[in-house]
Amino acid sequence: MRFIIPYFFIFAFVAFAALFMLAPTAMLAAQAVTGEDGFTFDYLLALGEYRYLVAFRNSIELSAVSALVGVIAGGLIAHTVLKPSAPESLRSAVTSFSAVAANFGGVPLAFGFVATLGSLGLLTQGLKSIGIDLYSMGFTLYSITGLTVVYCYFQIPLMVIIITPALQGLRVEWREACENLGATPAQYWRMVGLPVLLPSLFSSFILLFGSAFSAYATAYALTSGNLALLTTEIGNVLSGDVMSSPQTGAALSVGMIVVMVGVLGLSAAASKRASRWHK
Amino acid sequence: MKRLGVGGWIILALAAVYFIGPLVLTVIFSLWEGRGHYGISAYVTLLQRPNIVRSLVVSVELALATCAALVVLLVPAMVFMNLYAPRLRPLFEFIAALPFVVPAIALVAGLSALFSGPEWLIGTPFYLVIPYFFLALPYAYRAIDVGIRAIDLTTLTEAGQSLGADMGQIIRLIVLPNLRTALVGSTLLTLAVVMGEFTFANVLLFHTFAVLINEVGQNAPTEAAALSTLSFLITWLAMAGVLLAGRRGGVQLSGAR
Repeated sequence: MRFIIPYFFIFAFVAFAALFMLAPTAMLAAQAVTGEDGFTFDYLLALGEYRYLVAFRNSIELSAVSALVGVIAGGLIAHTVLKPSAPESLRSAVTSFSAVAANFGGVPLAFGFVATLGSLGLLTQGLKSIGIDLYSMGFTLYSITGLTVVYCYFQIPLMVIIITPALQGLRVEWREACENLGATPAQYWRMVGLPVLLPSLFSSFILLFGSAFSAYATAYALTSGNLALLTTEIGNVLSGDVMSSPQTGAALSVGMIVVMVGVLGLSAAASKRASRWHK
Repeated sequence: MKRLGVGGWIILALAAVYFIGPLVLTVIFSLWEGRGHYGISAYVTLLQRPNIVRSLVVSVELALATCAALVVLLVPAMVFMNLYAPRLRPLFEFIAALPFVVPAIALVAGLSALFSGPEWLIGTPFYLVIPYFFLALPYAYRAIDVGIRAIDLTTLTEAGQSLGADMGQIIRLIVLPNLRTALVGSTLLTLAVVMGEFTFANVLLFHTFAVLINEVGQNAPTEAAALSTLSFLITWLAMAGVLLAGRRGGVQLSGAR
């Protein structure tokens, strides 16, 4: 009899997840292919319309560019502070800050950037007073470029956190062996370091891509849903700001989930390859 | 200090400008009163807003309720799964990975499609605890999993049993104290995530702290900057707690898997 309680808790958790996570997802899939007269592919096919293609393209472009910048900048920062010669205090300062910044997303981040780079932002005004008018040069915070600048604020720290274990896994012996054989640092990176790191870098890129791809709050706060992204389009359907059927929202959501499943599958494959070097 | 190299210093300097710049400018902006005057009037106006305290309280309540749900629903399930049904581990891993695959905005679409009642469930802000549970699940699962793997759960349980303790005593006196680091870490992380959460609250029309920031920000930028500053401080405090609690790397941040 005493075994009932443990199984009750296990069952409760699984049932909770099934009811409030799996069932809604299945509901989306069902809704996306159900029209007034039953089964239909109309709503999924409607994703090929111009405005949704724009949303897909914007979302993918924003995610890919901010992830790429994140991987490069975050990787370089992590590499710099992980050098054996770097002071310990610097290392822990960067790690702590990354933990904070990676979790400082959403609306507060958006308004922080409005205060900085918005049309009345302090940096914008400051640059204007010395003759550099960003907004007349075509920059605006409320565009894909602007959003990319904002997204990097959580992408780069996220990268620092994700890549640190992989960088620490590069063995000193490999580097010493290269030096003994007369390799320059550039040769070491080109022939040993980067090839070993490549799968980790790839899987980090994928995860950063996913984090930007599913972000809604930052983009909404900055553009009020006027810039077409997948997340804001779904949000617009849900809040009734546009004349579209709930099925369209469901179809868009299914589209996002398909992209995310693909992304996570690629990442899992890459991590598997990365783990070859770390027994 | 000397051996970072010129390249290293340039990288760090650029990073410092990009990361610290907006923070400093946001604080200065929040103190701006127009025409070259600076002061705390934005903060004073904020405090006089009728909704601010209410929305902050709602967010704090939601954060605490989500933490409670994690402790009541997730922790026992994970402990018992490890003890009695380790074959269910892949299922648990799958559930914990789901929130990554299904973005928040898609989950909220699914929830609103599936549930249009009952009123006692979807009519109160505490409905948000359900999506927030899944929002925090990946982080919390990882942290607790690391915590459980670090202690030898089976041996500890058997030792307790052979000394005559019942299951409740074992959980209360042995398992939970050993998981304290993991629990504190995931609780604080959940706190930070829920305090800043906007997607679910906005779509489901509940007035939380982040929704208020957005509302204020659309017409009062300096007050929004003040709220952003406060919000950054909250995140900072929660993270400082996580780092102090999890010195041994018990907490993994931001879905690194």
